[in-house]
Amino acid sequence: MIKFTTRCTKALMFSVALAMTVIVTAYSQSAAAWEPQKPVEFVVMAGKGGGADKAVRLMQSIIASDNMAPVPFTPINKPGGSGAEALVHMNDKKGDNHTIMFTLNSFYTTPLRQPKLGVDITTFTPIARMAEDTFLLWVHTDRKDINNVADFVKAAKAKGNQWIMAGTGKNSEDNLLTDFLNSAYDLDMKYVPYKGGGKVAKELAGKNADSTVNNPSEQLGFYEAGTTKALAAFTPIRLPLFPDAPTFKELGKDFVYFMQRTVVGAPGMSTEAAAYYTDLFTRVFNSDKWQEYRTKKSLQGDLLTGDALMSYWKEERDIHREMLIKMGAIN
Amino acid sequence: MVEILGLLGSGFAVVFEPQNLMLIIAGCALGLFIGAMPGLGSVNGVAILLPLTFLVPPTGAIIFLAAIYYGAMYGGAISSIMLGIPGASTAVATTFDGRPLAKQGLADKALTAAAVASFVGGTISIVLFTFFAPPLAHIALVFGAPEEFALMMLAFATFVGLGGDDIFKTLFSISIGLVLSAVGFDIISGEPRLVLWDITGFLHGINFLVLAIGVYGIGEMLWTVEEHSLGGGKSMLSDANVTVKRTLSNLRELVSTWKTTVMGSFLGYFVGILPAAGATPASLMAYGIAKQITKQPEKFGKGAVEGVCAPEAANNAASTGSMLPMLTLGIPGSPTTAILLGGMVIWGLEPGPRLFVDHSDFVWGLIASLYAANVFAVLINVAFIPVFIKILKTPFTILAPIIFILCLIGGYAPTQAMHDVWLMLVFGIVGYLMRKLDYPLAPAVLAIVLGPLAEPALRQSLIISDGSFAIFFNRVYAAPITIVAILLLCLPLFKMVYDRLRKGKAT
Amino acid sequence: MTVRTAELLMAIMMGAFSIYLMVKSAELPIGWIEREGPGGGAWPFWLSAVMLFSCLGIGYNWFRRHGRIATSEKFYIEPHVLADVTAVTVALIVTVGLFSVIGIYGALPLFLIFYIRFLGKHTWRLTITLVIAIPVVIFYFFEITLKIILPKGITEPLFIPLYKMFF
Repeated sequence: MIKFTTRCTKALMFSVALAMTVIVTAYSQSAAAWEPQKPVEFVVMAGKGGGADKAVRLMQSIIASDNMAPVPFTPINKPGGSGAEALVHMNDKKGDNHTIMFTLNSFYTTPLRQPKLGVDITTFTPIARMAEDTFLLWVHTDRKDINNVADFVKAAKAKGNQWIMAGTGKNSEDNLLTDFLNSAYDLDMKYVPYKGGGKVAKELAGKNADSTVNNPSEQLGFYEAGTTKALAAFTPIRLPLFPDAPTFKELGKDFVYFMQRTVVGAPGMSTEAAAYYTDLFTRVFNSDKWQEYRTKKSLQGDLLTGDALMSYWKEERDIHREMLIKMGAIN
Repeated sequence: MVEILGLLGSGFAVVFEPQNLMLIIAGCALGLFIGAMPGLGSVNGVAILLPLTFLVPPTGAIIFLAAIYYGAMYGGAISSIMLGIPGASTAVATTFDGRPLAKQGLADKALTAAAVASFVGGTISIVLFTFFAPPLAHIALVFGAPEEFALMMLAFATFVGLGGDDIFKTLFSISIGLVLSAVGFDIISGEPRLVLWDITGFLHGINFLVLAIGVYGIGEMLWTVEEHSLGGGKSMLSDANVTVKRTLSNLRELVSTWKTTVMGSFLGYFVGILPAAGATPASLMAYGIAKQITKQPEKFGKGAVEGVCAPEAANNAASTGSMLPMLTLGIPGSPTTAILLGGMVIWGLEPGPRLFVDHSDFVWGLIASLYAANVFAVLINVAFIPVFIKILKTPFTILAPIIFILCLIGGYAPTQAMHDVWLMLVFGIVGYLMRKLDYPLAPAVLAIVLGPLAEPALRQSLIISDGSFAIFFNRVYAAPITIVAILLLCLPLFKMVYDRLRKGKAT
Repeated sequence: MTVRTAELLMAIMMGAFSIYLMVKSAELPIGWIEREGPGGGAWPFWLSAVMLFSCLGIGYNWFRRHGRIATSEKFYIEPHVLADVTAVTVALIVTVGLFSVIGIYGALPLFLIFYIRFLGKHTWRLTITLVIAIPVVIFYFFEITLKIILPKGITEPLFIPLYKMFF
């Protein structure tokens, strides 16, 4: 027993010595340009298999396959409470240089709707806006009587509140757009929330809904198969992929709406780390794979970093605050 | 027909390229181990290994992932049978009879039954997949919220009989499972809900795995600690042995269960096709029906081989089935296919109605690889059965801490939140204390899986119908399912009345 | 404590928990919303009510001494078993508590030593072998192969060179 104890002590001393050496080496390296030293946690503000999740897994693969970073980026999904869980998680990681997050528009709306969370998005570290996703108004191709927005308004008016608009949850982006359509065209469409944009797209294709306001990426499969058609786009100019869908601006309703796809760092991240990630995601943005993905999914929006990104957030937050007040979701 | 066979042939040509064959074998083996870990199932396997697949071309990548998927589905049965811990929700039903068999020293029999049933289920469903994909895709498409709710009712109806003798405790168990499934977030109103004691960890809801590993893992192990009373080097199973003779007799015995297995396979495939349903309801329904049609229902829950065959055939068939809506509609039928879908997008393939036309080499390569993966998975699985049995013979005081550790890591891995590990411990301890008082816990675990599927479907239906329940009875697909579900739910009641009447006459 | 007493205590505790769940569910509308069906809190509220009802039913059976559990005067947990189960439970709680402090690779060896050596009474030789082997296997399988990063606590810096080596 005694013999064992001495052996144990020796082993312990050895490991302490080893630990010290390691720590010293670790610190001496930090003098050079900052690089992540352990796997980076890449939080996704949405569930597995959704648009944001797919984008994160694509970025992860670009970083890994092109050897852009010395460590792996590991995606972790935190969809709880419309992103509330992800935001609180980031807030708790104040000053952490190894935690980044991929956000959507719930980045603005969730803290506005749930002030109890104590999340201030202006404290988060801006890294890079990778894209802005677009929205279009969709109906089933079997509705031969609907070929433009005027037909749509006529048909929806005729059905009154029996006209079903499927979307992704109450007070979500889809709900904002439905409310806009209802008030702009004096409609009374019924909004039915589903889990996830893919599910919403399927409800339209299966005729369990009359219309949707999906992102192109969600409807693309059905659109290409000729099951659904786009009537109009919520963008400032027509999308190259849907040249026949006019914008609402052309139709006289000045309404434009985007979904941001942005990488955010934990609050209080060191400036060196922020610079590192900004440079990394700029390279990801410029990679062929990302550009190809953008074209295919009809994504808009240029790369935005640093202070420009921060002021973009502040603008967007104000816009969303107004929209939520109009909807009666907050006061 | 000839055309399909030709395409399938070209698919096999792709699969039998040496590199792809290697990928299938590696994928099956890796999947088997991932699936056998408590807490890790096919979702984790596929999600985690997705980035690895960018090193190979898309066809190779999907072949690799399909192999992992299959391997993990086989592997799920292993921890269910050996440890009584379902690694994924799809394997819960396998524990009902697999675990009792293992406790009787018949783990090898249960494992063989699971492997063979999985193989049959997989094979039948791939054949159905090969020849009847497009018409079935149409059914999946028109399936809306009312049909989904009707299907969930049917799933509930098939497992009402699973509880214990005490009706109040069974009712309690089902309700607590359903209430816990509502924790976190209400997607219909977009509000956080039931954030217990305002702990933010509850915002993401209570993961099925946390409850399952808690009660089946930690709880079951505490129960076993009690049975073994620590001291001594006793093993968990003393007399399981694997010999060629024994294996052959196991296989011979399995022949008599072919009806159950085939039933499970067809049922699993059709339920699997329906979006949002997936393999878990399929395996439960198969178990429930197997219990109804068997000649010895009293053996169920105490170690009936059919009780292993039915859910295993169904869950493998369903996992193939759930690939159909993913490939043809771009709608994932299960969380795992959701990840596969993401993978396909990354490889530059657009799942949806055009995929079969635009990328037929990819689709047929995938279908052929499912045939191949199924064969390799069953071979690897059967080859490893003696190893698994050997592991079970390790002294309990060595195996127990290892299982505890795997449970703790298994609780952490899916969400990477310490909150879930603590919650799992609480469930384990409370579950142990409740089990000592004969509370049945299986209904709670099943309810937490089905609750999040049933509640939104019910409310979406009612929003569509302006709050009228008539919607469940006036739709082509919903009506028959609802009626069957209601009849099944009333069955025990009819039985009771009938028994009373007969007793009355007798006296 | 007898099984009979435990039965009553459990029913009371679970009944109280049901009431808490009902109160918590009522933060959202629990009634029927016109043209929309049940409100956001209705599902958990009414199911918690069913839980409470079940607990009352269990209590009623206890009161009229109906059933095997309600009449059993045996020990709820046998004294010699109680010691074992408590030891294991406390060890688990301490281990999980240590995860965030000294990390999983600090806590697991302690748990293994406690269980294998002190509860299992196996030899030191075997204990030490397992204490080294198991964390190594876990590190390879979870962190290297599956890229699931486990909590490290203050031992974090020790792993930086390992990450450098493997990634």
